[in-house]
Amino acid sequence: MTANQAVRIGAEPSALTRRLILGIIGAIFLIPVIAMIEFTFRNGLAGDYTTSHWTGLFSEDSARTYRGLYEAIENSLVLAAVTVGIVLVLLLPTMVLVHMQFPRLKRTLEFICIIPITVPAIVLVVGLAPVYSVVVQVLGGSTWTLAFAYGITVLPYAYRAIQGNLDAIPVKTLSEAASTLGAGWLRVLWTILLPNLRRGVLAASFISIAVVLGEFTIASLLNRRNLQTALLQVSQSDPWVAVIFALAALALAFILLLIIGRLGSATPSRRKS
Amino acid sequence: MTATFTMTGPTATHTPTAGATVQLSAVVKAFAGHTALNSIDLEVAPGELVALLGPSGCGKTTALRSISGLESIDSGRIVIDGVDVADTPTNKRDIGMVFQAYSLFPHMTVLENVEFGLKMRKVAAARRRERALETLDMVGLTKHQDRFAHQLSGGQQQRVALARALVTRPRVLLLDEPLSALDAKVRVQLREEIRRLQTELGITTVFVTHDQEEALAVADRVAVMRDGRIEQIGTPEELYATPANAFVADFVGLSNRMPAELVDGQVTLHGCSLNLLGDPMPDGPVIALVRPEDIALTADGIAGTVISSSFLGSLRRTRVRLFDDTVVAIQHEVERHPLPGEAVTVRLKGAPVSALPPKVKK
Repeated sequence: MTANQAVRIGAEPSALTRRLILGIIGAIFLIPVIAMIEFTFRNGLAGDYTTSHWTGLFSEDSARTYRGLYEAIENSLVLAAVTVGIVLVLLLPTMVLVHMQFPRLKRTLEFICIIPITVPAIVLVVGLAPVYSVVVQVLGGSTWTLAFAYGITVLPYAYRAIQGNLDAIPVKTLSEAASTLGAGWLRVLWTILLPNLRRGVLAASFISIAVVLGEFTIASLLNRRNLQTALLQVSQSDPWVAVIFALAALALAFILLLIIGRLGSATPSRRKS
Repeated sequence: MTATFTMTGPTATHTPTAGATVQLSAVVKAFAGHTALNSIDLEVAPGELVALLGPSGCGKTTALRSISGLESIDSGRIVIDGVDVADTPTNKRDIGMVFQAYSLFPHMTVLENVEFGLKMRKVAAARRRERALETLDMVGLTKHQDRFAHQLSGGQQQRVALARALVTRPRVLLLDEPLSALDAKVRVQLREEIRRLQTELGITTVFVTHDQEEALAVADRVAVMRDGRIEQIGTPEELYATPANAFVADFVGLSNRMPAELVDGQVTLHGCSLNLLGDPMPDGPVIALVRPEDIALTADGIAGTVISSSFLGSLRRTRVRLFDDTVVAIQHEVERHPLPGEAVTVRLKGAPVSALPPKVKK
C-alpha cells in the first residue's frame, strides 16, 4: 500500500496528463504567435485581409524605408557575436582555471557571475553611462561596444550552462592525463576540455545570443540602435512590419535552438583515416 | 570564436630511452600546515619497479605526483636521468602515467586516445597509427580500437590507459593506484600484465598502492611509507623477513599480536626466547608481532581452542584462542583440519619477531 503510493508519487504522469500539459503550454506559446501572423495579414481596421504588408517588404521603396531596421538587425547580430566572443574568451578560460587550480574561488566567481541577475537593467545603465562616455572616447561610438555591457548581463546564464558541464566531467584527471602525455595547457584546453564542454559552451552561446537579440533597455537608454529599439520605432509608423520582424526574430531564435540542440546531442563522430 | 587561441605543441623531442634513473633527495612538500613529504630520499634504478606502499595519507601519491610534476615540491631535488626536473613542467618530463580514476578522453576513440601522446610529439600520422596499434596489441585490445571509453569495462579502460602511457616509450612510468577501482580477479590479471610489459620494455616504474599484496607481488623493491617518510625500502622478501620496525612488520604481511616481555633485548613469549627484529627497545612488557607461519600446531605446548579454520588453497589458516585469551592465526598444511571447539596445543617455531610498545595501538 505505502509502497504503491510511493511508486505512484514518484511515477511519471500518464500519457493523457502529459499531452494535456504539453497542449496547454504549447497553446500559451502558439496563440500569440498565431495572432501575430494573423495580424500581419490584416488590412487596416477594415476586417479584411491582404498580403501587401509582406509583399511590401520586398518593394524598392521599402528597402529605403526600413534600411534603419536592417542596420539594427546587423547591429544586433554583431552584438550577439561579440558577446559570445566575450563569454568564450574571458568567462570560459576563467571558469576552467578556477575549477582546476583555485577551487576555493569557485563560490566567489559564482557570486560575481550571479550578481547581474539581481541588478535591474536600468540600474546597470545608470552605472554604465559614465563608463560608456569613456568607452566612446577610446573605442568610438559604434554599437558593438554595447557588447561589453551585454557580456555582463549574460554572465548568470552563461555561467550556469558552463558550470553544469564542468561539474559533469572529470576536468582535473583529464587535464592531468593530457599533460603527462605532453600537452601544454592551451592544448589541454583546446583538444581535451573544449570538446568535452561542447554542450555547456553551446548552451551558453545560445542563451547569450537569445538574451542579446531580445535586449531593449540598455540599448534604448544608451541611445544605440539594435533590433528591439528599431522594432519599437518602426511599430510606431508601421505596426505590421514591426510584427513581421518580431516573427522573424522568433523564427531565428527557434532555428538556433534546433541547430544547437542537434550539435549538442550528436555523438562524437567516428573518423576513419 | 576562439581565434585568439594559439596552438602550442610540446617541444620535447623524443628519444626512446627506456630505463632512466629516478632520484628523489630530501624532497619536502607541505599542504596548508600538513607535511605530506617529510624529506624523502628514494633512488629507482633503470628498469626497476619500485612500489610505494602505505596507508592513506602517508604521502605516497604526493611523492608520485611530485615525480610527474603535477605537484610542485617545496625543497629537495627530483632528478631523472641525471637532470634536475624540479622546474620542468609535467608535459616536458617525458613520463607516462596511469591514474586511479578512469582518465580516457571521452570524446576520442581508443585508438585516438593511444595516439594522443605521439600526436603531442608530432609523430607523422602513419607512424603514429602503426605504433598505437602495436601498443594496443600488447594490451590485447586491438579489436576495440574504434570504441569509446564508455563502451569499455573498467579493466579495459585501464589497459587502454596503460597503452596510452606506454606508447611514447616514456623514460619513467608512474602508476597511481591503477588497479584499486577494479574487481579482485581483473586486478590480479592486470597487475601481472603491468609487470610483464614493464619488464619487457625495461621502463623504470614507480607504482603507488595501499595493497601490500599487490606491492609484494609486482615490485622489485617496496618502499613502505608513513607520515611522509619512507620507513623502509627493500625487496619484498627483506621487508617480510626483516622489517626495520614494528610499523613495517605490522603493515607488510599478516601478524599476530601477542603480549610478551622484553628481557635483555630478547622477546620472551610463552617460555620461548626470540630474537627482536628492527631497532632495540627498552626492556619491559611489549606486544610481539608473530607471523602465522611462525606458529605450529603441535602435539604439546601452549593450550588453546580452535575458533575457526579456513581453507586457502595450498594452505589452511586456523584461528585459535589461547589459554590467556589471546587469539592467534596459525598457518599450516591443508591435511590437518582442526574443527571449531577442538582443543589443540601450539608452539612457536622460534623465528625472530618484531615488537610494539605495549599501549600503542599501531
